[in-house]
Amino acid sequence: MVSYIFRRLLGIIPLLLGITIISFAIIHLAPGKPTAVEQTMNPRVSPEVRLRLEKLYGLDKPLPAQYMNWLARLVKFDFGRSFTDDRLVLQKISERIPLTLTINILSLIFIFLIGIPLGVKSAIKQGSLFDNITTVFVFLLFAAPTFWLALLFMQLFCIRLGWLPISGITSLDYEYFSWWQKIPDLARHLFLPVLVSSIGGLAGISRYMRSSMLEALHQPYIYTARAKGLPEASVIYKHGLRNAILPIVTIVGLSIPGLLGGSVIFESIFALPGIGRLFFEAVMSRDYPLIMAEIVLGGVLTMIGNLVADIAYAYVDPRIKYKSS
Amino acid sequence: MVAFLFLPAFVFSQDYGDAFIEASIADARTLVPILASDSASSSVTGLIFNGLVKYDKDINLVGDLAESWEIEEEGLVIVFHLRKNVLWQDGHRFSAEDVEFTYRKLIDPNVRTPYSGDFERVKSLEILDDFTVKVTYKEPFSPGLSSWGMPIIPKHIFKNEDLNKTQYARKPVGTGPYKFKVWKTQEKIELESYRDYFEKRPYIDRVVYRVIPDEATIFLELQTQGIDSSGLSPLQFSRQTETPFFKQYYRKFRLPGFNYTYMGYNLGNPKFRDKRVRQALNYAVDKDEIIKMVLLGYGQTATGSYVPQSWAFNQQVKPVAFDKEKAKSLLAEAGWVDTDNDGWLDKDGMLFEFTLLTNQGNEERAKVSQIIQRRLKEIGIRVKIKIVEWSVFLTEFIDKRNFEAILLGWSVPREPDNFDIWHSSKTKEGEFNFIGYKNEEVDRLLIEARRSFDQDFRKTCYQRIHQILYDEQPYMFLFVSESLSALHNRFRGIKPAAIGIGYNFIEWWVPKQEQKYRIAK
Repeated sequence: MVSYIFRRLLGIIPLLLGITIISFAIIHLAPGKPTAVEQTMNPRVSPEVRLRLEKLYGLDKPLPAQYMNWLARLVKFDFGRSFTDDRLVLQKISERIPLTLTINILSLIFIFLIGIPLGVKSAIKQGSLFDNITTVFVFLLFAAPTFWLALLFMQLFCIRLGWLPISGITSLDYEYFSWWQKIPDLARHLFLPVLVSSIGGLAGISRYMRSSMLEALHQPYIYTARAKGLPEASVIYKHGLRNAILPIVTIVGLSIPGLLGGSVIFESIFALPGIGRLFFEAVMSRDYPLIMAEIVLGGVLTMIGNLVADIAYAYVDPRIKYKSS
Repeated sequence: MVAFLFLPAFVFSQDYGDAFIEASIADARTLVPILASDSASSSVTGLIFNGLVKYDKDINLVGDLAESWEIEEEGLVIVFHLRKNVLWQDGHRFSAEDVEFTYRKLIDPNVRTPYSGDFERVKSLEILDDFTVKVTYKEPFSPGLSSWGMPIIPKHIFKNEDLNKTQYARKPVGTGPYKFKVWKTQEKIELESYRDYFEKRPYIDRVVYRVIPDEATIFLELQTQGIDSSGLSPLQFSRQTETPFFKQYYRKFRLPGFNYTYMGYNLGNPKFRDKRVRQALNYAVDKDEIIKMVLLGYGQTATGSYVPQSWAFNQQVKPVAFDKEKAKSLLAEAGWVDTDNDGWLDKDGMLFEFTLLTNQGNEERAKVSQIIQRRLKEIGIRVKIKIVEWSVFLTEFIDKRNFEAILLGWSVPREPDNFDIWHSSKTKEGEFNFIGYKNEEVDRLLIEARRSFDQDFRKTCYQRIHQILYDEQPYMFLFVSESLSALHNRFRGIKPAAIGIGYNFIEWWVPKQEQKYRIAK
């Protein structure tokens, strides 16, 4: 097992190299320039100045040379400095991580806590009124655009009822609060974002769970279990659920890169300084070092996520063994 | 009775305290003012720093860090007399050294400043004494005076710093009315009043810029009084804020804008080379309709490159009336008639059609282009609309002259010199006369005006340019939109003027009993 993991980790390196070469080429060949964004339409900024800025950013060198420079620094874990404000890229990313991670973990927990029982219950009572209502309901939520739901919730909870703040993660005077004021303040600010970001995922997980449970319930071993007179609860939860949960484990693994992902729309609406907006703004302003760092981050996390899913699979399903041949 | 006795005190004394919370669509990038080119950074540094000169409420240049100045040697030399009572926010005395240092950094090729252009015209800058600076230009350059509105940065802070990477980009020290307190990236920037500010202590104790990237959210925040001020769209201004709530808590402002929107023609394109064609198009598009439909009436027809509140604006130039027949006859004169009766004009077998290009993310421009499309269809011209992402729009289409017509806007600086936009030498890739306009009289006037410090003379030059441009129609000047905003009504001391409302921010105050944010330690 250990050598299997080791081989998989080694395999990440060429894969990552490929990802970076392709994405480096694409983002640099895409039309638009970092110096073209804020400054070009300002007559006070002369074209000579723009050329000079490009030189200072190192954009006048040939593309392969730029890539090799970037790679040489990457090996030393130096992602460079952002073009937009000259801060370290790593610092810019890491200051966004706590919030993004908090919201994503909270909503993931929320999704699984609600989605799994919902799916199981629907499967057991397949075709019942409960099943039909949940089906319609989760699909409605799934289909509703996040930004629209967010605005509706804001209208209701923040303006009509006045219970929650609209945007931001803390109140204005947060720094002067004592810790027992800080926690409820954070909770009040995070409630709507977590709720809204869970809603889309809820449909997915409960549907996966439902179909996977249905499949398990139609397996011969379930008939066997019933035939030998096991109590229904034991049939469903011990024999059915345990087998049905396997695909969900894969989903958990695949959610890992998503933990550090974010949605621009949703972060913008709630004015949250998350990763999604950072990436979006980096792309819009052609902030190459930042885009590349985020791609590397996403790539590494996706591959680790896959690996974790595979390992977890082997752990929960004794039939699966990875041989190190 | 008691209340009555106290009342005059409330009315006539101005209280200190409270905070002003403003929403900003984007976070600032850097608080080193000579590097900042985005509007979020500039509005924050505007409160922290001062230039040598500034514009007063009537858009005249007045002294800021400079008490006065003299123009000598027929405009070649400007001598600035600096204020002697100015302290940097860390207690250091402000002096001529700081001005010289700022200038050196502006022309240093290793500093990533976009503003070096105006300062490269300076031949030398000498310190005559601690509070007198002599600037000598290579040739007389009157717009140079307003370029000294560039914020002055402290030498004692930056002298051993690489300006591009300095830590002070995130904790600036200036001379201005507010000093930096906190910056939480993508959340907020907080400033507090600088009690020793050389003009006076500002009444409002705190200023907070909250980053809220979504316009719908900003509007919802207004509805919970989470922010004190915000710009409004025409729809929000005319309908959505006409509620009892808004009337109770907010004041709304309609102020003349410093901008204009235009349709620019690629004058290298044979279709647009004939002045009569461009004049015809101007007759065919109803600007009042655009202003009514797109701006809901909050704007006025533009007639040139200057805004009506500017001294360079020519009142004699009147917009032409919408007249389809006149348009058709001008086009016929130029040879464009519908010979094959297919509904579209043609000339020498060529159909009159063109692509109107504009940038993505601007709803207003998308609507305007549709109205133009329909109006031109009525006189037999086929317009295709193409909307492109901003950075691509600039690098692939504008810089490379790869367009037929574009719909864009300029924001109009307080200094009317627009040499870079209209002079025929400014047509190289990346320069701003991208439509390829060339008129010898305009070229000459632009140069004469920027070589003179005599405002009356400059005025005649710019007003003549205004007239020529409207006659020649290199752009179809569409409209100047008003700037619409809401401001919480607990703030007092606001005096709207030609330049806007923010110019006297340090005079704004909130009566003690209405103050909302009290803790500021």
